[in-house]
Amino acid sequence: MSTLSLDVALDRPDFALRVVVDLTLAGITAVFGPSGSGKTTLLRIISGLEQKAGGTITFDGETWQSGDTQVPTHRRHVGYVFQDGRLFPHMTVAQNLEFALRRSARGARPSIDLEETIEALDLRSLLGRRTPSLSGGEQQRVAIARALLRSPRLLLMDEPLSSLDIKRKREILPHIEALPEIFGVPVLYVTHNLDEVARLASNVVLLADGRVAAYGNVGEIFERSDLGTLMGGLEAGVVLRARVAAHDNGVATLIVGSQQLRVPMATAEIGATRPIRIHARDVAIATVRPEKLSIRNVLKGRIRLIEIVSNMNVEIFLEVDGEHLRARITRDALEELELAVGGEVFALIKSVALESSLSS
Amino acid sequence: MPELELGPVWLSLQLATATVLVLLAVATPLAWWLAFTRSRARTVVEAVVAMPLVLPPTVLGFYLLVLLGPAGLIGAPWLSITDTTLTFSFTGLVLASVIYSFPFTIQPLQAAFEGVGRAPLEAAATLGAGPFDRFWHIASPLALRGYVSAVVLTFAHTLGEFGVVLMVGGNIPGSTKVISIAIYEHVETLEYTQAHILSAGLLVFSFAVLLSVYILNRRMPLVRV
Repeated sequence: MSTLSLDVALDRPDFALRVVVDLTLAGITAVFGPSGSGKTTLLRIISGLEQKAGGTITFDGETWQSGDTQVPTHRRHVGYVFQDGRLFPHMTVAQNLEFALRRSARGARPSIDLEETIEALDLRSLLGRRTPSLSGGEQQRVAIARALLRSPRLLLMDEPLSSLDIKRKREILPHIEALPEIFGVPVLYVTHNLDEVARLASNVVLLADGRVAAYGNVGEIFERSDLGTLMGGLEAGVVLRARVAAHDNGVATLIVGSQQLRVPMATAEIGATRPIRIHARDVAIATVRPEKLSIRNVLKGRIRLIEIVSNMNVEIFLEVDGEHLRARITRDALEELELAVGGEVFALIKSVALESSLSS
Repeated sequence: MPELELGPVWLSLQLATATVLVLLAVATPLAWWLAFTRSRARTVVEAVVAMPLVLPPTVLGFYLLVLLGPAGLIGAPWLSITDTTLTFSFTGLVLASVIYSFPFTIQPLQAAFEGVGRAPLEAAATLGAGPFDRFWHIASPLALRGYVSAVVLTFAHTLGEFGVVLMVGGNIPGSTKVISIAIYEHVETLEYTQAHILSAGLLVFSFAVLLSVYILNRRMPLVRV
């Protein structure tokens, strides 16, 4: 567990960033927000690449910046995976890795092993290749390995998947997901994709207009009703962490409280906990348990909040055996069904909605 | 076969080599600064550095003569420290060539550093590389083409200079009498054969050098980031 205390400011003619937050870093922490909200800038400030930034940065009691005094980037012991990889074009893959390894931060943390990294990111066959000849996905895997071999105390990742197609994303996601556990390094992960937040992160920092709009556990942030369009608008929904009880023919049975969900999943380890994202627009509400219905997933729950989102729609916040769900329905339906806070209802979830675009 | 003195040839090669070495040392940091600074002084410095491109060599030579002369701003302290004069000496010639050829070194280097850009240098910094480490292991190899161009252009340009040399160095055998001066002297005294040999030699040499640079550049697929 590491702590990163930020009290930083950066003023540009067209943009001002002011971030004050104490982050407790374990596993993957997502930095999420719309484009132009300052996500990349924040990461650059943390790594010391923005010389004009002012304020204070402390990492695990070590001061990285205080006022105008900045510890230079190469002494901060951060790893940085850039959006565009930024491999050195005049070196092979192996030379890129060696470059990082030879300059790795020594001391407190046992340094990261070359062989282990090559295995974990599946790079063995690429070692002799020149970097410009690699595909986008391969480049990002090498970039991740290179950043790790620096033995950083904090790994910063700036939308490492944004330039990749969906197939490559699925290929790399498991590698990223496993990083904190295998290498014991906390990750700060910038993204504007809610699916990635749901899939990877345990905590999320929500940025808007250069400020922190919210910070907390992913589940809690997704459930909050006051964040409105910041948490996705049409894409709004929740993240459930459900345990895999069974898996056959590509369909997994997941346990939510005392109830079950059947979800298509290519692979699922029995007993593992999987995050699943359920969009509010994919959840319908019934006041009685429906029969003879094509929808297979029905969860019983209680209404804890009703929020009007537009002239047409309302959003229903439900509690299902301690977990939370959101459903978006029309105002007409709300009146017709006479829904009220505290009422018991059934949430109808289309199975396909459970399959986030990033699940493997 | 008329007698041909090789002195001017050697002297020209020495002068060109010395000029290249001095310029690489001086121009690299300045080119780096020009490529990455956000200072407003940049445009002014760029204009000053490009001056030798447009000034007639005689104008440049004239001012250098005044500056480097025994009573000049640079020549006087030099005289009192070393007890030698800068004008009409090899050292003075190197100094003049350095100024005369400055744009031929700095412009390719600046362009090359700009081509490298901040991105790979930032990446290197996040991997623990300090400023000199970044320069030696990332910027320099990525800017290799720029270095090759700078060296060749400066070398060839120095070999061919005439006006500045004549003004600052005069025509002292073994000290300031370089190829171009020798050719001029041969023509003046109607020794066309010697003038032909030296001229043709310079022509062939220049062509060979430029050709090999272009071939080398083709073969270096490096650095198109």
